Amino acid sequence: MSRSLRPLFATAVIFAIAYALAVLQFPGMFSTRVLGNFLTDNAFLGIAAVGMTFVILSGGIDLSVGAVIGFTGVLVAVLISWAGLHPLAAFAVALLVSAAFGAAMGLSIHFLQVPSFIVTLAGMFLARGGASVITQDSVPINHDFYTWISSLIIRLPGGGRLSFIGLLMIGIFIVGALLAHRTKFGSYVYALGGNAVSASLMGVPVARTTVAIYMLSSVLAAVAGIVFSLYTSAGYPLAAVGVELDAISAVVIGGTLLTGGYGFVLGTFVGVMLLGLVQTYIIFDGTLSSWWTKIVIGVLLFLFIVLQRLIFAASSSGDRAPEKA
Amino acid sequence: MIRRVLRGLANPQLLALVGVLLINWALFPGFFRITWQDGRLFGSLIDVLNRGAPVAILAVGMAGVIATKGVDLSVGAVMAVSGAVAATLVVAGYPAPVAVASALAVGLACGLWNGFLVAVLDIQPIVATLVLMVAGRGIAQLITQGFIVTFNDPVLVFIGTGSFLGLPMAAVIALVLMVLVTLLYRRTAIGLFVEAVGVNRAAASLSGIRSRMLLMMVYGLSGLCAAVAGIIVAGDIRGADANNAGLWLELDAILAVVIGGTSLLGGRFSVPLAVMGAFIIQAMNTGILVSGFRPEFNLIVKAGMIFLILLIQSPLASRLAPVRLRPVGEAVPK
Repeated sequence: MSRSLRPLFATAVIFAIAYALAVLQFPGMFSTRVLGNFLTDNAFLGIAAVGMTFVILSGGIDLSVGAVIGFTGVLVAVLISWAGLHPLAAFAVALLVSAAFGAAMGLSIHFLQVPSFIVTLAGMFLARGGASVITQDSVPINHDFYTWISSLIIRLPGGGRLSFIGLLMIGIFIVGALLAHRTKFGSYVYALGGNAVSASLMGVPVARTTVAIYMLSSVLAAVAGIVFSLYTSAGYPLAAVGVELDAISAVVIGGTLLTGGYGFVLGTFVGVMLLGLVQTYIIFDGTLSSWWTKIVIGVLLFLFIVLQRLIFAASSSGDRAPEKA
Repeated sequence: MIRRVLRGLANPQLLALVGVLLINWALFPGFFRITWQDGRLFGSLIDVLNRGAPVAILAVGMAGVIATKGVDLSVGAVMAVSGAVAATLVVAGYPAPVAVASALAVGLACGLWNGFLVAVLDIQPIVATLVLMVAGRGIAQLITQGFIVTFNDPVLVFIGTGSFLGLPMAAVIALVLMVLVTLLYRRTAIGLFVEAVGVNRAAASLSGIRSRMLLMMVYGLSGLCAAVAGIIVAGDIRGADANNAGLWLELDAILAVVIGGTSLLGGRFSVPLAVMGAFIIQAMNTGILVSGFRPEFNLIVKAGMIFLILLIQSPLASRLAPVRLRPVGEAVPK
């Protein structure tokens, strides 16, 4: 067991070292205020990354996440501000729409037998285009319910604030971890990612599981979209462009193998926090420009992929080990 | 020979292109009007060629990559990097040929880096090229220091907006590249090797194909093509925009290759059909614009098109339709 936990451990250690180094340089970073903001600022990314973890564990990929976040934001904003619906009703509509959307993608992937990558690409175009057709502009949301949710915060000693959306992300991570590691559905997902053919021979309901995985990813992306609309109090069709890449990066950095079948939901949490740390560090430093974020994330991504290769080349003797690394 | 040419013409891609153009014509009667002005051709059709050129060039490189069962997500970012290199060097006072050569070299290096990750470190292509897709725009911004570097260098501007024999320079470059790369693949055995690696890399390696070299080559070519497209886009707007140059074009390029009948599962591929796919996409874009629809419908139409192609290529359709509907790259039996 300890052997299979190694990548998760490696990620956690790297996060701890990186955070310690950052605190050594800027003692102000070690405060509940910064930690609380970590959670709030990355809530939507974290929630989307939980769904992405399941998709990647099953050996697929979901490129439509960012577009679904944008679409949900617009849909919710339009339903509340233009149609006068109560936010909770609007949330329900958004979740239903996204569930149907994810189910359609899962059905296409399974029954057309095409790579998930191209189906979710079409899904991305569809969701982004749908959002832009509804409106081109940012639609503001002014509703008492939104003000009320934003006022739900737990004050921590030291001036920190745990917001509702930050706590929601943590809750979803816990539920996601239980779902992945403690339920039948979770073991189906791992089996599918390990080897789809043998999984189906062993009696895993491949069609149902595939559809459920993409539904889960789309629904969580819609939750992320709702959280994003709570965070910005608006819906904008071009919101969250490229979040799918951040989510994939967080999953990979969190130690989940991109070929599927191996990984941890909680690793993704560490991955999201590491991405947040990079951004916070760059803001604290002040002299570094924002583009360093992208470069550092790219470098981290590369390091973790190589690390995975090394660990798995070392543990599987039958496989041809890479000659250079 | 004549029969081969005729058979080549009767493919679904050409029919689709003609169909899209005819729909455009029905929606906008002036679509086929081409005028000669200031020593160059003008008209919607020429516009399709001009605007479609960057994606067509990307598709030239991408076709080989997808044929090896890979994918190159980094081409959009590489476009931004090479555009930034060319613009920065020109602004710094270097002559244009040096700037262009450096930009091409940087693109090639990016492609070889991807190839190294895929071929030597055995990382899946989506992930390997994701690294550069994420980091590439950061690198481009690092080069331009976050500014949009504008320039007035006549050579670069000519590459982006000039015309050759009345045709837009960008389209001419795309067609020349297409012919050169097609000759490279089809007049040598390289194309066959690429397909062999795509169908089964282990078997190809065992039968003596140097699959590592080959993978490095196709990814290098893809990077080089991305650099060419990046220079064209930079020349077109007379500036290097690290944030927006080539944004999402990798997806259009992949779509173009898929429309061109190459299966994402590797195997048979065709560079000219991929280029035709790029022009089909652009014809749709232009059609939506000239017929007065809002450009946002573009994305929805594209999504519908992907779905249609997947449906046609799926095993389901081949079971239902007895006639040979499928284009060149039919899915390789697993």
